[in-house]
Amino acid sequence: MTAVGDRKATVTVQGDRQILITREFDAPRHLVWKAWTTPELVRQWWTARRGEATVCEIDLRVGGRWRYVMVTHEGSQEVGFHGEYLEIVPNERLVSTEAYEGIPDPDANAATNTLTLTEVDGRTRMEILVEHPTKEGRDMHIASGMEGGLQDALDLLEELARREA
Amino acid sequence: MGMYVATVARAATTTDVFNAVAEPRRREIVDLLARGEQPVNDLVGALGLAQPQVSKHLKVLREVGVVHVREAGRQRLYRLNGHALKPIHDWVKDYERLWEERFEALDGVLEDLKREERGDDRSG
Repeated sequence: MTAVGDRKATVTVQGDRQILITREFDAPRHLVWKAWTTPELVRQWWTARRGEATVCEIDLRVGGRWRYVMVTHEGSQEVGFHGEYLEIVPNERLVSTEAYEGIPDPDANAATNTLTLTEVDGRTRMEILVEHPTKEGRDMHIASGMEGGLQDALDLLEELARREA
Repeated sequence: MGMYVATVARAATTTDVFNAVAEPRRREIVDLLARGEQPVNDLVGALGLAQPQVSKHLKVLREVGVVHVREAGRQRLYRLNGHALKPIHDWVKDYERLWEERFEALDGVLEDLKREERGDDRSG
């Protein structure tokens, strides 16, 4: 309700292999952490209402595994992801791998995601840095094509689209 | 998480444009041209590359339709074709939308948790 502008997610492509997603939440970070790491709660948001979460497993310890699967409303496709927790600082930082089960050799192409939560005045700023380890892994992700400097052109295109609308 | 959902299906049809702009120098060219039409000499100057190299990159971009060229007197002027970059633009927008929807659902979960916590405080 307040600061609506801050509620908008931003996606920034940086460097050759990284994507940064940021968003602010009107809640203290221990609650954001809880919503992010509790299976019953993850089921409620992870699908973005595009499907039904059929699997949501979280073994929250370093070396522990996670796996999320959803069946999409549209086309009833099964979409699965899994990974391993590499670093856990409760309420603050979570580093994990993420493999998409729909590509050949998912684990060799897994991305590393770093979640960072910062709390200011009871609000939480979230940053998710998605990093692809290899060129092959990166290429699997079609985002490979819009790395780095393309941001200017994309901003321009958006401006043009707005003007023409 | 889940970033591949929207992307893999697109790969078959957009690989060419995505590949063409995956090369760092070509991305620089796209950025330079985003500011307006330019003669090849200006691009050569801005990039600090030899003209044949710049021409080679421009050829790749032209082949996938990302840049257009026209003759003006003795100059060849290059400009960006926004339409060809649209699949990439759409991808970013789709990806952003996925996360936006996910975060809106997360807002709902957080409201529940805040209510719950207030309730717990009162009863405790």
